[in-house]
Amino acid sequence: MDGNVEDFVETARNKQALNMAEMTKVDCRHIDVFYDEKQAIYDISMEIQDRAVTAFIGPSGCGKSTFLRCINRMNDTIESASVKGQIIMDGADINDPSIDPVLLRSRVGMVFQKPNPFPKSIYDNIAYGPRIHGLAAGKSELDEIVESSLRKAGLWEEVKDRLAAPGTSLSGGQQQRLCIARAIAVSPEVILMDEPCSALDPIATARIEELIDELRERYCIVIVTHSMQQAARVSQRTAFFHLGKLVEYGDTERIFTNPEDSRTQDYITGRFG
Amino acid sequence: MNSPAPNPETKGTFVTDAALKRLKKRHAAETRFKFYGQFAIAIAVLALIALLVSIISQASSAFQRNMLVFDITLNAEDVAPNGTDDPDAIARNVSGFNLLLQDSLRDQFLPEDADASETRQLFGLFTRLAVLPVAKKTAAHVDMVGTQQTVSVALADDIDLYLKGGVTERKSIDLGQVASARGAIGDGIYVSLAPGTDTSALAEAIGGFQEQSLDDSAPTTLIGIGNTWYSVTGFSSNEIALAYLAGARVAPDPSQGIRALVLAQAEANRTVSDRQIAWTMLLKDEGRIRKAFNSTLFTNADSTYPELAGTAAAIVGSLLTMLVTALLAIPVGIFAAVYLEEFAPKNRMTDLIEVNINNLAAVPSIVFGLLGAAVFINFFGMPRSVPLVGGLVLGLLVLPTVIIASRAALKSVPPSIRTAALGVGASKTQSVFHHVLPLAAPGILTGSIIGMARALGETAPLLLIGMVAFVAEVPDGPTDESTVLPVLIYKWSTGAERAWEPQTAAAIIVLLVFLVLMNLIAIILRRRFERRW
Repeated sequence: MDGNVEDFVETARNKQALNMAEMTKVDCRHIDVFYDEKQAIYDISMEIQDRAVTAFIGPSGCGKSTFLRCINRMNDTIESASVKGQIIMDGADINDPSIDPVLLRSRVGMVFQKPNPFPKSIYDNIAYGPRIHGLAAGKSELDEIVESSLRKAGLWEEVKDRLAAPGTSLSGGQQQRLCIARAIAVSPEVILMDEPCSALDPIATARIEELIDELRERYCIVIVTHSMQQAARVSQRTAFFHLGKLVEYGDTERIFTNPEDSRTQDYITGRFG
Repeated sequence: MNSPAPNPETKGTFVTDAALKRLKKRHAAETRFKFYGQFAIAIAVLALIALLVSIISQASSAFQRNMLVFDITLNAEDVAPNGTDDPDAIARNVSGFNLLLQDSLRDQFLPEDADASETRQLFGLFTRLAVLPVAKKTAAHVDMVGTQQTVSVALADDIDLYLKGGVTERKSIDLGQVASARGAIGDGIYVSLAPGTDTSALAEAIGGFQEQSLDDSAPTTLIGIGNTWYSVTGFSSNEIALAYLAGARVAPDPSQGIRALVLAQAEANRTVSDRQIAWTMLLKDEGRIRKAFNSTLFTNADSTYPELAGTAAAIVGSLLTMLVTALLAIPVGIFAAVYLEEFAPKNRMTDLIEVNINNLAAVPSIVFGLLGAAVFINFFGMPRSVPLVGGLVLGLLVLPTVIIASRAALKSVPPSIRTAALGVGASKTQSVFHHVLPLAAPGILTGSIIGMARALGETAPLLLIGMVAFVAEVPDGPTDESTVLPVLIYKWSTGAERAWEPQTAAAIIVLLVFLVLMNLIAIILRRRFERRW
């Protein structure tokens, strides 16, 4: 059992070190999700690519957020939720009891719909993850992680002079980038974003989208969005969900120009949703 | 209410008369409800002011007291029978000091052949134990022995009360000068007033008090001439018949000043005798009665004499009890709340626990006292009347309050903080202790301190575990016999002497100060915790 966990971490670190390009990062097989008796996800299988942005689109309540939360086992925190099926990441099933969700979440970061910085200083917001995972040996290393995370999130120039200011004092867009930096700080391989721009104005949204595009080179990013334009702009692959089922999944360009399923066509053209 | 009424001249088609009528009605309702609210607040404020004014006005006289001053030589044979090298013996030699001061009073005021009743009255000016501070002071500075010293002792509660205007109503009247006097001290003195002296004030005072009297007893009139006091035995057309009461044994001389003191109640209806009043007046004229801050109230333990009773033992007892209560209720309450709110599965079992905790908070406090007596004292064999048991009982009493308040505080922490922490890979425990608990701390703290304040004012359960015992010593630790402030207040309020009344009010003020201090600490701590964010 323990060997399994160590292998899981070992492979991950090795791959990161070798900067190995691999096509499939997360392989979901026959996922069913239930909330008590009610089934929310019906037998979804999909392969999510590394170093690419995958967008989940679909009408409200179609299960895209639920499915996203399966990937870092956030559904574990909901008592009534139960997940069936396999999610293979780097050769290991993340739903295996030997995989601790805490360990998994250090490799699969998450950004939420509403910016939710901790009510602490900007510095502590970023440093919290590395601290609890023991990623920094000392103060100077931690400072480096904070700086590089903030730089990657494009926030460094704006906040470098006030790292001690509370994270909640930033604007909404800055807060969301702070949350992205916080997710990056624990050096994950996958970043899940649950409608990260829905609470932001268009200018802040544009900045986040730029950021997502930059981050694509290093991470496997999955984004849930209600904005078709956003999906078209930032993603390479798009999955369309409807009523808990995966209707269509493919290259973004093809989904938006030549959808195979009529429901996809209707949703994209705005006939329902 | 603030929106202006629409101008009928410019009203549009949508402003119909019916709509305006409805609007008027709505505004009226709003005004009415505002008035109700203000009325309710006014009642609350008035009640608070009435409470404070009544307590403070009653207590004010307890914070000051009258001391009797002696200039006296502390003879070694009186105060230090075992020699001056033994301070402990001096401190314990209450009788010696008492006799010394009593003798000094007797030498001044009583003849050799004074009867026992007179002597008892004179010695009743102060209580035996009142000399204890003098004895202790002398023991601390043994070089005082054998030297002339100025010492002061607390006057007996009744005398103190009389000087503060209690015991009986009175009127002081100046009667001008003595015109002539005849008779002798032993047989009775007859004085006549200077012609033309207005005695209407005297007659009015006597008549007025006579009318007020419930049992038709005549008011007492005392007459002071020079350093001698007399009681009036009768009035004739031009003379006043006097009987010697106290002071210098010299017959009055013409042209001496004469004053009258009319007391509403007859001697038999008073706790202070005519003679005691006369002696008090003489001592006052001598400048030997001094007002001082009543530090006894804070330095002494309980006593059967109001003038010697203090709150020190109860304050320490309350502090020790609160300490035990806090040590039990706060950690247990917080951990129970954290478990129930953050970790416990939501099922029938936890529902049952929750319902029971809520019900427990409403259980009458006396029930907890019974539980304490049965479990801690009978079953575990803990001692009675000790802060340890009191604190445990009060801890159980406030536990539900702390749990409920802590749960409410935890619930108010936004769930996004928890998901954020979990999202970066914190474990459940880490998310609770690093993020949720610090955010809930101000609320938890407020709830805990409100619970502690409730415990501080609790009397009933402590009566049942024997903390109502008379405790004359300041407790040394949580297993020493002790009492607490609210129980002390209860006990003092049932005291027979009138002097307990201001004393009780003073103890209430001490308790209120305690409560205010606790709330102050709560506010300061809350500010500090909030400032961290």
